Amino acid sequence: MLKILKYSFYDLMRSRWSYVYFLFYLALGFVLLFLNNDLSKAVITLMNVIIVLVPLISTIFGVMYFYNSREFTELLLAQPLKRTSIFLGQYFGVASSLTLSLILGLGIPFVLYGLFRSEAIWDFSLLLITGAFLTLIFTVLAFIIALANENRIKGFGYAVLLWLFLAVIYDGLFLLSLILFEEYPLDNYSLVAITLNPIDLSRTLILLKLDISALLGYTGAVFKSYFGTRMGLFISIGMLLLWTILPIWRLAYMSKRKDF
Amino acid sequence: MGRFQLLWVLLLFVGTSLWGKTIEVCASCEVKSITKGVVLAADYDTLLIKKGTYKEFNILIDKPLTLLGENYPIIDGEEQGEIIRIVSDNVTLDGLFIINVGTSYTSDYAAIRVVRSKNFLIQNVVLEKLFFGIYLEKSNHGKVYHNKIIGDAVDEYNSGNGIQLWYSHNIEVDHNIVQGVRDGIYLEFSDHITINNNESTNNLRYGLHFMFSNDDVYTNNTFERNGAGVAVMFSKRIKMVGNTFRQNWGTAAFGMLLKEINDAEIVGNTFEENTIGINIEGSNRIVYKNNNFVNNGWAVKVLGACYTNSFINNNFLYNSFDISYNSKLNDNKFEKNYWSNYTGYDLDKDGIGDVPYRPVKLFSYIVNRTPETIVLLRSLFMDIIDFSEKVSPVFTPDDLLDDMPLMKRTR
Repeated sequence: MLKILKYSFYDLMRSRWSYVYFLFYLALGFVLLFLNNDLSKAVITLMNVIIVLVPLISTIFGVMYFYNSREFTELLLAQPLKRTSIFLGQYFGVASSLTLSLILGLGIPFVLYGLFRSEAIWDFSLLLITGAFLTLIFTVLAFIIALANENRIKGFGYAVLLWLFLAVIYDGLFLLSLILFEEYPLDNYSLVAITLNPIDLSRTLILLKLDISALLGYTGAVFKSYFGTRMGLFISIGMLLLWTILPIWRLAYMSKRKDF
Repeated sequence: MGRFQLLWVLLLFVGTSLWGKTIEVCASCEVKSITKGVVLAADYDTLLIKKGTYKEFNILIDKPLTLLGENYPIIDGEEQGEIIRIVSDNVTLDGLFIINVGTSYTSDYAAIRVVRSKNFLIQNVVLEKLFFGIYLEKSNHGKVYHNKIIGDAVDEYNSGNGIQLWYSHNIEVDHNIVQGVRDGIYLEFSDHITINNNESTNNLRYGLHFMFSNDDVYTNNTFERNGAGVAVMFSKRIKMVGNTFRQNWGTAAFGMLLKEINDAEIVGNTFEENTIGINIEGSNRIVYKNNNFVNNGWAVKVLGACYTNSFINNNFLYNSFDISYNSKLNDNKFEKNYWSNYTGYDLDKDGIGDVPYRPVKLFSYIVNRTPETIVLLRSLFMDIIDFSEKVSPVFTPDDLLDDMPLMKRTR
């Protein structure tokens, strides 16, 4: 598995796309800092970017890579190799190269602008951690979609739909349900609902850092213990881990059964 | 006013050194207790209290005296009741350490109570384990300077206030540190008070509380981690300048709470990391100028019946919500503020954005209605509907806008 991981990783390192991705983040980081010249404000803007763009790029990139390397995968399948190690190796190759581009691309401009001397360093590292989690999660979801659909157009369609659903539609439906049932106690429901969506989950993680004073304004004991103590942080990170591990396990399971 | 008081204090000192004598109080002296010392002393004498522990309470000071502590002698009230009561003009307390004031549900026992007296000076006093700290009752022209009040209050119903003024006028409260009591500083029916350079932190209810008190000024104070920083209620013409309100967090926590306040000036204050920076209710003709609102949940929450207020030259930086309204009516003016969320441009380079800024978001309206939706803060969906509301306001007051938003923050 490590060999395949290494191969995929180097393959991507050589490919144009990871450079484009890397350069995109690099440019974004520099432009943001150039326009704002204020680390804490840039962190807020960056949060929006990470929550929206990282899932989108990971999904598209994951699907694209899987379809493109299909012939190579078939070649590998003919060898005496474990199936899980072929697919997981490819997955980890893609995910780690994307994560690396993200961390380096955003890290370099911020470090150059004096991140280590600033108080924003914790907010920033939290951003990078959630960004890495989102990359891992959405790449594996993309792989699952690609593995389940032979038809490329369909695969791309589902992948984009998945992103659209989790990034926008889910929140819309969630808001609608909150307003419809506003007479009922909703704090448990709303906390469960945000943990069921990895994008919302990473958003709350960042909110815990940036907007804690607003979150504490709501009068509910459940909210208070969730946001006011360390519990929120631990639960969110735990759920993100679950969101990463469960789909990977599913991918391994699917790869064993798949007919080629 | 200050000059007048200074003169008095000076006169007092000159007076004591000229014709007052000094009585020493200590465990091995002739006079062993403060009560006895007060009885023996003549007008304008000084009681020099040496280091030691004095287990006394209900010390009645009924003549103009100076009680001077040497190395902070401890006066232990053993929770029996009130400790020092001043009923004479021209009394000075200096350098005492007073602990264990009795708790009562029927009378407000205080460590130091001043009743119907003038020209008193209470300075360098440390109070611990108290019920009420310094209680000024119908006393005028005094000074409470550089005291430290450290309470251990847990519940509001059985705790008292640090410094309480009741029907007292022309008092200076300066350089005090108050923490862990119910209200740090409490004013009721007290006019012409100046409150400067105090630090009021970790109090159960309010750092500073005004009730029916007019024409007061407070400047350069710090209010941190209180139930609410400052509550100004039913008062007129209060000046609030250069204060800092920080980390007043919680469900009903405000940096500043204004209720039925008219004609006040709020200038150059900093509101940082409060759940609600300023909560305004029924307050008219207030000028907000040069304030900084940084990282608050709500910078300003307007609850209604607020007319002709003006917000000029303030900085609104990184607040989750800048302004929140609960009605569609607006009679307040926002002009030349800096909003960190402003996304407009300045083509003619005059430092003023060409597009007006709308500080009230649709989302804040939704959160007012269904508070649980706060978890959707900063989500893409919310940004989209906020944007559409910005383009054509339906739910938020459409005349509430800053026509001249600044491009750079004011200093």
